[in-house]
Amino acid sequence: MIKRLLLASLLGLSASTCTDQRSHTQAVYMLIDTSGTYAQEVGKAQRIINYLLGTLQSGDSLAVARVKTRSFSEKDIIAKVTFDSRPSQANAQKRAFRDKIDAFVKSVGGSAYTDITGGLIQGGMYLNETGAGRKTILIFSDMQEELDKVTIRDFPINLKDIRVVALNVVKLKTDNIDPRRYMGRLEAWQKRIEKAGASEWVLINDIEHLDSMLRS
Amino acid sequence: MSDQFWMIWPGNAVASALILFAIAMPFLYAARRLVHDLLHSIGRMVGGPLRLGARWLFATARDMKERNSVVLLAHGREEVGQHIEREFERISALVTRDLEGYPALQRKLLEEITRVEEDYKKCGEVPPPPPEWVEAVTSISKVKSDSNEMVQRILEEIKRSVHTIHDKALGEYRRAYESRHKILNGFMPFWRSLDKTFGQVDQKLTGLQQTSSKIDAQMEKYEQINKKTDKAEHALTVSAFTQFAISTMVLLIAVGGALVNFKLIALPFSEMVGSGDYLTSTMRMSDVAALVIIFLEATMGLFVMETLRITHLFPLIANMNDRMRHRMLWVAVVFLFVFAGIEAALALMRDMLSADRQALVQSLASAKAAAPDPLLRLIPTTAQMVLGFFLPFALAFVAIPLESFVYSLRTVGGAFLVMLIRATAFLLRVLGNLVRQLCRVLIGVYDFTIVLPLLVERLVKAARSEGDSSESRPVKRAA
Repeated sequence: MIKRLLLASLLGLSASTCTDQRSHTQAVYMLIDTSGTYAQEVGKAQRIINYLLGTLQSGDSLAVARVKTRSFSEKDIIAKVTFDSRPSQANAQKRAFRDKIDAFVKSVGGSAYTDITGGLIQGGMYLNETGAGRKTILIFSDMQEELDKVTIRDFPINLKDIRVVALNVVKLKTDNIDPRRYMGRLEAWQKRIEKAGASEWVLINDIEHLDSMLRS
Repeated sequence: MSDQFWMIWPGNAVASALILFAIAMPFLYAARRLVHDLLHSIGRMVGGPLRLGARWLFATARDMKERNSVVLLAHGREEVGQHIEREFERISALVTRDLEGYPALQRKLLEEITRVEEDYKKCGEVPPPPPEWVEAVTSISKVKSDSNEMVQRILEEIKRSVHTIHDKALGEYRRAYESRHKILNGFMPFWRSLDKTFGQVDQKLTGLQQTSSKIDAQMEKYEQINKKTDKAEHALTVSAFTQFAISTMVLLIAVGGALVNFKLIALPFSEMVGSGDYLTSTMRMSDVAALVIIFLEATMGLFVMETLRITHLFPLIANMNDRMRHRMLWVAVVFLFVFAGIEAALALMRDMLSADRQALVQSLASAKAAAPDPLLRLIPTTAQMVLGFFLPFALAFVAIPLESFVYSLRTVGGAFLVMLIRATAFLLRVLGNLVRQLCRVLIGVYDFTIVLPLLVERLVKAARSEGDSSESRPVKRAA
């Protein structure tokens, strides 16, 4: 009997050591710009969140945070969840998440300034905490950062092994006058993100492309 | 370094090459013997092991072929032996079943024959002879009546009596024949019964004859296998290839069934064991658990087939006593039923999870879909449950093609291996010959490059031999 128990425990041990210890989950942190006129675009952001809820699987994590005057704060996270490994529970969590986002969309108000860097730092910290295998920050913004005089963000940030995706980067009135401003803004962000150690910088203006990007 | 460093005549590569060649020629001529020896050695060094390897591989292939043949014949012998055994069992059952009734049949036949004989004897009885008074009547008929009234009256009286008696006797005679006809008429059912009984006997004997002719054919095959004839070996090889093709096809179909089964239970298993753990980079533990269940079902099916002695993959099970074997059969059947029940429940769970997921996706897309017809929902749910219940039983039959596959794989794999070894041996042999021939060609090419010194050598040798012969001629003459 003891021999059998030993054999069974050995088999169990070998099975546990054989399992793939790498994380196969993915974590997504979405930043929604609510500053100025961009707050009107929140409906589109809601559709993207719904799309993410339909795409992400059990074990994946999702957090949605707003970008306002100062965004380096947990209080700016509107909703966050790590989906249960059981599909039925994960579905229930997705419904609850959707309800929270619906409530946010109804009550959203514009902010005076846009602290994208603060949101990125907060997102990076959250994603590293999840321990997910694939980490992505989605920035739903025009990528025009505006800080008040007190806020300090001109220092190197750490986004190691995180993929950063800029979504729905609309052109501003000034961009229409001089498109080089738009190009220059995106280029500056790309440089900053790559300098921060991000694995990838992607610009997606069509949601269809988001699907293939999340699967890769 | 400049690529023209070797050019003795700068700017003229051809001339430089020719000059270099001319300079090198004496050295090449001097090294001729050494180079020849070197090339011969290289040819032997490379070609020898290649040829040796080829020879060894050919010998190995021959050994393997012999071993394959022994295994094939042994398997064929066993198979034909089993076939003959089955035929004998069938004959035994036939004889037991039919000959069990033979005493009763014989008794019935004897009774019927006795009865027919008795009746026949009865038919053969002649009517009673005329009474003795006939002689008296003959004597009286000789009496002369003339005109004697008394005599005439007596005679008439006698005539009347005789007529009466004749009529009576005739009536009795007719009655006797009538009764005999009745007896003969009563023969008919007995004859029919006899005919039917004999027909049955004939049918059974014909069946026995057919089975025995099958046994004869099998025995002939068995004898040919025992004699190890080429015909028997060829027939067994062809049979093995056919079995291999058929069993592979059936197994592929079974794999398709197993995949459907897997699809049915994979999602609910992620609900039970979670879908976060991975065994490999792409394989979830829940998928592995579902696969394990399917393999367990197939194993239970295999045990059922083994305990029923339909397949013979495990000699241990085949050699068990009947009581133990029956116990094992029931255990395996019970397990199969349990698995089938679990699968049916999992199929229902899968349907519920899919519906929940569909509802979530629709709510996220904020599109209000019309509620589906309850009947339309019920049909796929029921179909999934039925499939989930019956697929484990269907998978149980995989054991039969699996056995054929395993046995035929030995023959087919062995034949392919022999072919592969022979092909490798042939390749090595060709390579060995190629290397030796290449060395010979290189020797020829080398001699061609130093053709001028060789010509000079030949001329010198010719001149020297002429000189020697002119010197030796006077000696010869003197001699």
